[in-house]
Amino acid sequence: MSHIIYMYILVMAVVTYLIRMLPLTLLRKEIRNRTLKSFLYYVPYVTLAVMTFPAILTSGELFLPGLAGFITALILSWKGKSLIVVAAVSCLVVYLTESLLMFTGILI
Amino acid sequence: MSRFDSFKKGVMGGIPIALGYLAVSFSLGLQARQAGMDVWAAVVMSLTNLTSAGEFAALTIIASGAGYLELALSQVVINLRYMLMSFALSQKVAPETGILHRMGIAFGVTDEIFGISIAQEGKLSPFFSYGAMAVAVPGWTIGTGLGVIFGNILPAVVVDALNLALYSMFIAIFLPPAKKDRAVAVSVITAMLLSTLFTYAPYLREISPGMRTIILTVAISFAAAVFFPIADPEDASDERKSTGGAS
Repeated sequence: MSHIIYMYILVMAVVTYLIRMLPLTLLRKEIRNRTLKSFLYYVPYVTLAVMTFPAILTSGELFLPGLAGFITALILSWKGKSLIVVAAVSCLVVYLTESLLMFTGILI
Repeated sequence: MSRFDSFKKGVMGGIPIALGYLAVSFSLGLQARQAGMDVWAAVVMSLTNLTSAGEFAALTIIASGAGYLELALSQVVINLRYMLMSFALSQKVAPETGILHRMGIAFGVTDEIFGISIAQEGKLSPFFSYGAMAVAVPGWTIGTGLGVIFGNILPAVVVDALNLALYSMFIAIFLPPAKKDRAVAVSVITAMLLSTLFTYAPYLREISPGMRTIILTVAISFAAAVFFPIADPEDASDERKSTGGAS
């Protein structure tokens, strides 16, 4: 099993490094194609949105705390809070919601 | 500016990045443990990859036991933005910069290090990049290892809370630009709706999580590029700089 894990890591490391390295070493010109530039502009946001939702709702064992954390992250991000603040407060909300549910025995 | 001064400047710029990485990668370490990685594998992965979204996607693919090709393809798509940044940096370094220094700078192309590098006045010194990497890479790597180790000790409630950290940070990255740019807003809302459909709908849910991420990212980003092409290529790269993103 462990050699397969390291093979996985090698594959991803090589691919990721080539992506970073090839333009810097080989190409000195800027991309001109408008559609390609637009595509590359949208990729990071779309990929993060795909990975985040709906997975965030099932990131813990219970649904309600995940939902509470998700809504907290949405509100704080909308207000332009920093990455660290958004993460810290969302985690705290999940922790408190889940503790409360456990404490009151609603979902045990 | 001397090499040492550039390096020192890179270290100063890299310290806040390293602190942020420590927190994000801790959450990544928890995920790595759940995907069945031991602490050394997770540390080697973070040291050699230095990418939160890429590593995160890789963990779901590895956990599902998918093949190397699917893994490689997912890294190409998810980390494609680094190519754009690397293009931008190729204009930012002095033309006479040697190939070895270019290869060195390339290793540290993350959203955050790119952000501080491109904000430098004048040409980018490779030693600035090395300075930033000297603190940011250990922050990223050590945080991942700590996440794996403490994932064993922490109570389930705390692990549940920390598991959400990475996702909430992803939201903090894509929501502010979506608020400013309606095309981004339409794209990310479509992405979340289709992702939900692909996760639960019959037949569609048979598609593995890694392949789902690849298909939806390419399809939605391409549709967005066709329907809402960016006005001026220069604006888009400025936008990327200021919004930052996952490493």
